[in-house]
Amino acid sequence: MNASPYNFAYLDEQTKRMIRRAILKAIAIPGYQVPFASREMPMPYGWGTGGVQVTAAILGPEDVLKVIDQGADDTTNAVSIRAFFAKTANVRVTTSTAEATVIQTRHRIPEMALTSRQVLVYQVPIPEPLRFLEPRETETRTMHALAEYGLMHVKLYEDIARYGHIATSYDYPVEVAGRYVMDPSPIPKFDNPKMDNCDALQLFGAGREKRIYAIPPHTRVVSLDFDDHPFERNKFDHPCALCGASESYLDEVVTDDKGGRMFVCSDTDFCEGRRAEGHRGHLLGDEPAAREAAE
Amino acid sequence: MYVAVKGGERAIDNAHKLLADKRRGDREVPELSTAQIREQLTLAVDRVMTEGSLYDRDLAALAVKQARGDMIEAIFLLRAYRTTLPRFGVSEPLETAQMLVRRRISATYKDLPGGQVLGPTFDYTHRLLDFGLESGSEPAAVATAPADPDATMPRVTDIIAGEDLIERNPPADPAAPVGDLTRDPLNFPAGRDLRLQNLARGDEGFLLALAYSTQRGYGRTHPFVGEIRLGEVEVEMFVEDLGFAVPLGDITVTECQMVNQFKGSATEPPRFTRGYGLGFGHCERKAMSMALVDRALRADEFDEERKAPAQDEEFVLSHSDNVQATGFVEHLKLPHYVDFQAELAFIRQMRREQTAAKEAAE
Repeated sequence: MNASPYNFAYLDEQTKRMIRRAILKAIAIPGYQVPFASREMPMPYGWGTGGVQVTAAILGPEDVLKVIDQGADDTTNAVSIRAFFAKTANVRVTTSTAEATVIQTRHRIPEMALTSRQVLVYQVPIPEPLRFLEPRETETRTMHALAEYGLMHVKLYEDIARYGHIATSYDYPVEVAGRYVMDPSPIPKFDNPKMDNCDALQLFGAGREKRIYAIPPHTRVVSLDFDDHPFERNKFDHPCALCGASESYLDEVVTDDKGGRMFVCSDTDFCEGRRAEGHRGHLLGDEPAAREAAE
Repeated sequence: MYVAVKGGERAIDNAHKLLADKRRGDREVPELSTAQIREQLTLAVDRVMTEGSLYDRDLAALAVKQARGDMIEAIFLLRAYRTTLPRFGVSEPLETAQMLVRRRISATYKDLPGGQVLGPTFDYTHRLLDFGLESGSEPAAVATAPADPDATMPRVTDIIAGEDLIERNPPADPAAPVGDLTRDPLNFPAGRDLRLQNLARGDEGFLLALAYSTQRGYGRTHPFVGEIRLGEVEVEMFVEDLGFAVPLGDITVTECQMVNQFKGSATEPPRFTRGYGLGFGHCERKAMSMALVDRALRADEFDEERKAPAQDEEFVLSHSDNVQATGFVEHLKLPHYVDFQAELAFIRQMRREQTAAKEAAE
């Protein structure tokens, strides 16, 4: 059935076992970065090798895989990773969020609420939330061990003093299960609330930095803030131009060189689903739903 | 009408076809064979093997061809192949004193047992473009001398050690496990075994620059080239069932032993210190750079104040790998529009608020 000269899902079973052990440890200590012996993958570091290794380690022949980048299934790197698993694991792939059992993502959490039979795998570039405050790994590990997060709060406070806001719009740090401060990967802070008390298991893989961490289902995830400066989600002034959604994260598309802009859902599956249900954004006009969905 | 970008798959396919076409270049020009690369671009092959951590001249030549001559891409190809290979054992330590030497020079002694052997070197060539190569002229016959089976070529550091003038290497412990950063995550502080492995795989340009910085005062170590030797050494593996080590074959390596600033104390007589470099094939620049950086990284052992980049273990080891570095630098080409959108919205909001505050004040 699998004509590939490589093992199922590319990695050898020894390596998968090593990664699974790291995943289990990560689940047992929510938000804690577990070092793992990240392998060289046939795609570049920084392009999702951590997520790919986690996916390879948890994927079974019955799984249905969805891969998104920037919320879309059709971005080139998502296409490339999906093709990689279709080839090396011969699993069924999908663009439908509801249908997928494993979703690998870069920079977004799907709009649709995830369920307990799904696993969300994040690609992580820099797993250490304290890295830009303290470049040394030896120091940051000690800070986590002692739950010494004062530096982070000082940084957030300085933002408020300088800009009137916490000046982080993506990659917004969270506290997991009341213990570890964790980097949610560069998702927009719009997505942060979806991590809290999520039905699905959330796994994070950083290949170059050799770290795996996890948020088990139904875990409390709090975006860091202050009582007088509570966390705020990004808000948009417009609904989606194609499906009319007003509660989704939007991409800004430049339509001409005279300041023309349109805003469309970043989650392409969500947007297509709404259009199939008959929702209409102002730029879609009266085009029939069937044609859009078929594209 | 904007349609959410479809057809990414076809675009990727087409880009790859175009890449293959450009790799081949002008069809009027004969195609380069991997054998030609293996035999005539030997130093490129050596570098790819060293930084790719895989000794296979044919695969390295193939990688160079496939990568269109891009060294880091070729190294990446070899690494990605290497990681799929099963491990069936660990070799015995190489005995470089037993090397079949093709080149051996020492900067610390004018003459020494075994002599100075220049071998194939760019040193002392005048860097004048040789237009004869364009027309494909045959090189002159090489000079030869009768082999002397009794000739020995002791390592220079062993000669210095004979007088107890250089730090003693720690006694070998065959039972001690050797670290492998391709199988275990690198933790800090790293032992010297892991540091040397990291440096051996590290980018030649990065190590060269760091080594150079130590010579210019950023972590000075007062180095002398004790010895550089190039040649073939036998690789042996201990086989449990047989109860003895069996030879697996010969590999070509370049070894550099630096002799550095002495160190002593009230109780210990002063001794020179060591920096060590080793790589596959002929790779002197790499081996020398590695030896200089190895010594610089040993600052703590000699109670030297760590203040230069080359002495900073985390800094050096975390950034030496060009496959990691190029991946992360080049990943900036991937779409980031979700994050950029978040920043756009935020910067607009802050500007709006500033304008409103200004207007309110007026």
